[in-house]
Amino acid sequence: MKFDTPATSNPIDQLKVVGHPVDRIDGPRKTTGTAPYAYERHDVARNQAYGHVLGAGIGKGRVTAMDTAAARAAPGVVAIVTTLDMPRLEKGPRNTASLFGGPDVQHYHQAIAVVVAETFEQARDAAAMIRVEYARQPGRFDLAAEGPKAQLASAESGEGGAAPQEDRTGDFEGAFARAPVKLDETYTTPDESHAMMEPHATIAAWDGETLTLWTSNQMIAWGRTDVAKTLGIPEENVRLDSPFIGGGFGGKLFLRADAVLAALGAKAARRPVKLALARPLMANNTTHRPATIQRIRIGAQPDGRITAIAHESLSGDLEGGGPETAVAQTKLLYAGANRLTAMRLAVLDLPEGNAMRAPGEAPGLMALEVAMDEMAERLGIDPIAFRVVNDTQVDPEAPDRPFSQRQLIECLRTGAERFGWSRRSATPGQRREGRWLVGMGVAAGFRNNLVMASGARVRLDGSGGVTVETDMTDIGTGSYTIIAQTAAEMMGVPLDRVTVRLGDSSFPVSAGSGGQWGGNSSTAGVYAACVKLREAVAQRLGFNSAEAVFADGEVRAGNHSAPLGQAAGADGMVAEDTIEYGDLAKRYQQSTFAGHFVEVGVDAATGETRVRRMLAVCAAGRILNPKSARSQVIGAMTMGVGAALMEELAVDKRHGFFVNHDLAGYEVPVHADIPHQEVIFLDEVDPISSPMKAKGVGELGICGVGAAVANAMYNATGVRLRDYPMTLDKMIDRLPQVV
Amino acid sequence: MRPFTYERARSPAEAATAVARQPDSKFIAGGTNLLDLMKLQIETPAHLIDVNGLGLDRIEATPEGGLRIGALVRNTSLAADERVRRDYGVLARALLAGASGQLRNKATTAGNLLQRTRCPYFYGTAQPCNKRQPGSGCAAIGGVTRQLGVIGTSEACIATHPSDMAVAMRALDAVVETIRADGTARRIPIAEFHRLPGETPHIETAMARDEFITAVTLPPPIGGRHVYRKVRDRASYAFALVSVAAVVQRDGTGRVALGGVAHKPWRVEAAEAELPRGAKQAMAAILDGAQPTHDNAFKVTLAERTLASVLAEARG
Amino acid sequence: MRVNGDVRAIQLDTRTTLLDALREHLQLTGSKKGCDHGQCGACTVMVNGQRIYSCLTLAVMHDGDAITTIEGLGQPGNLHPMQAAFVRHDGYQCGYCTPGQICASVAALEEIKAGVPSHVTADLMAMPQVTAEELRERMSGNICRCGAYSNIVDAITEVAGRQA
Repeated sequence: MKFDTPATSNPIDQLKVVGHPVDRIDGPRKTTGTAPYAYERHDVARNQAYGHVLGAGIGKGRVTAMDTAAARAAPGVVAIVTTLDMPRLEKGPRNTASLFGGPDVQHYHQAIAVVVAETFEQARDAAAMIRVEYARQPGRFDLAAEGPKAQLASAESGEGGAAPQEDRTGDFEGAFARAPVKLDETYTTPDESHAMMEPHATIAAWDGETLTLWTSNQMIAWGRTDVAKTLGIPEENVRLDSPFIGGGFGGKLFLRADAVLAALGAKAARRPVKLALARPLMANNTTHRPATIQRIRIGAQPDGRITAIAHESLSGDLEGGGPETAVAQTKLLYAGANRLTAMRLAVLDLPEGNAMRAPGEAPGLMALEVAMDEMAERLGIDPIAFRVVNDTQVDPEAPDRPFSQRQLIECLRTGAERFGWSRRSATPGQRREGRWLVGMGVAAGFRNNLVMASGARVRLDGSGGVTVETDMTDIGTGSYTIIAQTAAEMMGVPLDRVTVRLGDSSFPVSAGSGGQWGGNSSTAGVYAACVKLREAVAQRLGFNSAEAVFADGEVRAGNHSAPLGQAAGADGMVAEDTIEYGDLAKRYQQSTFAGHFVEVGVDAATGETRVRRMLAVCAAGRILNPKSARSQVIGAMTMGVGAALMEELAVDKRHGFFVNHDLAGYEVPVHADIPHQEVIFLDEVDPISSPMKAKGVGELGICGVGAAVANAMYNATGVRLRDYPMTLDKMIDRLPQVV
Repeated sequence: MRPFTYERARSPAEAATAVARQPDSKFIAGGTNLLDLMKLQIETPAHLIDVNGLGLDRIEATPEGGLRIGALVRNTSLAADERVRRDYGVLARALLAGASGQLRNKATTAGNLLQRTRCPYFYGTAQPCNKRQPGSGCAAIGGVTRQLGVIGTSEACIATHPSDMAVAMRALDAVVETIRADGTARRIPIAEFHRLPGETPHIETAMARDEFITAVTLPPPIGGRHVYRKVRDRASYAFALVSVAAVVQRDGTGRVALGGVAHKPWRVEAAEAELPRGAKQAMAAILDGAQPTHDNAFKVTLAERTLASVLAEARG
Repeated sequence: MRVNGDVRAIQLDTRTTLLDALREHLQLTGSKKGCDHGQCGACTVMVNGQRIYSCLTLAVMHDGDAITTIEGLGQPGNLHPMQAAFVRHDGYQCGYCTPGQICASVAALEEIKAGVPSHVTADLMAMPQVTAEELRERMSGNICRCGAYSNIVDAITEVAGRQA
């Protein structure tokens, strides 16, 4: 189905099942521990051996020798494959760092060997017996130091927002020079780790030339293509299966070393191999959100109207990598005739930087929305009023291109009322409660809505049961449930008559999970397949498909009706289709919006910051399931708190690695860091986005949270921090004396 | 983890004898630190002596009016003991500020004293570390040091001791009771139990290799207001940037020990005379001679401000 | 060992943790391995009624102990009240930390009942109460990177209320 004109009314609009906060259909399995994750599939292949991955102990250089004699002789060892056994493997276009093969070490903890043994304990112990000699080379590990050498770089619309390397509208420099009120500040965000709870894990089994990978991957079709390319085998010989994924956040978008080394290990061992990356390996072996240094300049008239706005971002990556698109939102969020965005990319020899939840906008808004708060103060205008003044209903770079929906002002106003914004003192440092300095902050949330082609197969059986198959993944997002809701709505059956099967590359190729496109796109694919199935059912029953009503397990047309199962017959019926998109995304700017409100307490003595209240008001199209959508948003808000207050991969700039590479050293929020969180979804349907009229929320929820925390901290203390994470050491010298 | 043999000891003396007999052996109790380190081959015992069955899990009153805490009393039980909550609040608070509920259910009193540093370079096994591999050098110096020591450090090591419990015990003048394979018992004041790194950072305590902790005794209660303030980036389940254990009397005198700043719980008795004059004077004396790095210099300011807050709480 | 009420005799490498014994040898994969170093809580099980991290204890040290895992609390179609409350409140997303959260929360309520204080208990001499603040502190040894915390606390609060 080609979606190239705005949606009109369709069966989804009935909202009998879609739009309801139903419990997740996979809930009973997840809460009883019976949902099988990649490493746990004892049943899929007999005689599984255990693999253990060894990572390089240097940041840059070459492996000159590997002594595996002791490891090969160790009890239980079945096979060892080292990086010196083969030339550097091909890699898929989505990977920057090579995953295995050859002597070159591009980054710390790059995989250099896999040991396969009868037991986990034997494999781990034997891997530690491998003696490795290195020739170290000097590397580039310091983003700020490499900044002057950085080149302008553009970013394609991949998982993040797109932006040209430099983008100009009007005359920024002239307008900024003339602006009576201006700001020119620099903000920094650190490298961050996805730190999903389930480590990257794979069971690999060869059957002759065909390879099956039971793995944990957000994008099954990408993974399949890239496995084939990396291993030099035909794509049709590869099957991936990821029915349950223990979190991804972008860290499992791409093929990683676990899958490659399980496959190589299984080949060498001539039997199935299971392995998981050890937690201390993950931060350096896999990808991370790259650090940024962002300069923002804003010029405005005394009434608050922005006349000039510039956002420039510097980030780093390995040779051949791309920039963090931290300027993307600044192209679209606020009005202003004179604009400049630019991105520079430094070559670094740190591990690969790549997408993490809301790549681009998440760190970009951490800077922009603090700058907006600072600017509002300079103008003497309330930060919400300042944003309202600069709202735009069209793409400010191309005014003939409207937003399909844009309710940013409503988000902010609704939030202000609900949060009690009027009780905030515009002068910082005014509210003290016991040990705590208390303040409120606001930030706009913005994330583009991306749409992706997505396919599904829908099967109707003789009893009226519906089964959906698609290679879509559920990484905690609720895909199982919203897909079931979509099929139930379309076919007119109760939710419990729908079975959903996901994550298998033998199913139709879907949008996959990334860029907050998954919910809208994958359900639109199911919608398309259901439309086809409805037509086939109506035809078989001899009904006019335009008149046919699917409800209560029946099909009705005129005064005829028939049970759905009757149409399917004993053999059942199947329909398959893919939703594809026309140029609506070019003609309309599709984005999602939020108002984030945060109240913090800052310990007046120690500078410890604790979040006391949080509210997000979101406008993101039709909400397919308010319960799971709300969870996406609170989860993203939680990650935003982490980014604001504690998360940082600390770089050893001498040796080139992330030092705090485990969950004790890389702190993410725990229960005690997170208060009760409130989420409001504004009523919105967006017929431009898809037949579902939905958009994404999973990344919108993090966009702006960090800045709202920063602004609340400023309101509490009068100390303005521009370097994340905003830990107490950065303000302890600027807090008032302890009485 | 290297292969090891395993036995269950039946008495403290037998445990000490077993360790003396086999050079690569270690006691295991809660296991929460040892197994973590064994998985990374930072600890590589060839033989483990499980001491969990020794019955050292009681908390008893001493004839002097103090408490004798069995070596195997779990952190949860110790913090929940009514006498500890009533008379040694600083200790209960320190225990509850440490780790998580699950870890406190396993971690023992003796094991907590013996836990090893959380310096990331000690854990980063590809890096040199004098504590892990004596003589290999210290990668932490000149590296990422935000969490590391500011006082009592050496050119060989700038690690900190991670315990909260031990900081409170230092303030309370606890005494560690041990027994050796030959049956000799001794009492080690906690001030002498942990060592500064000097040139031998791998030697962390005053214990001999075949020495086994049987108990920790607390002197009779000293009254006063008990406060333990742990400062950390996240609100729970994190190691201290700085912690302050304080027992403050009505007249403003008191005791203060610090965590997160040194290779051992840090207390300077002589400096406590300054306490009535306030946190600034007291902390200047306590941290006299501190040599922080660029990244952890904030700990000096933080310690002073935290103490000021603690003293205010104790007064109020 | 007694696992979920059944006596299970297994021969193991001394190095095998309780977690790996459950997951790899007894194929009870409900207990999760998130970090294998006591830093995440996904492996939480109850041993003789107390919650612990099963990754930081050796199986050989649990001769004769009674182990309760998530599989022992309830099954699909026969959910434990805490499991049902997690479903109702959407106290999970990816599901990987969930069994650990549920085991930890069941045990945490027992700890409150038994009078075990926490870091946030204001008065060490008073009986601790079930409050959101207490639950957040007591559950902090279980990381949920998806960030379901707010919903998890709601789920536990509901169960505690029903128990009271």
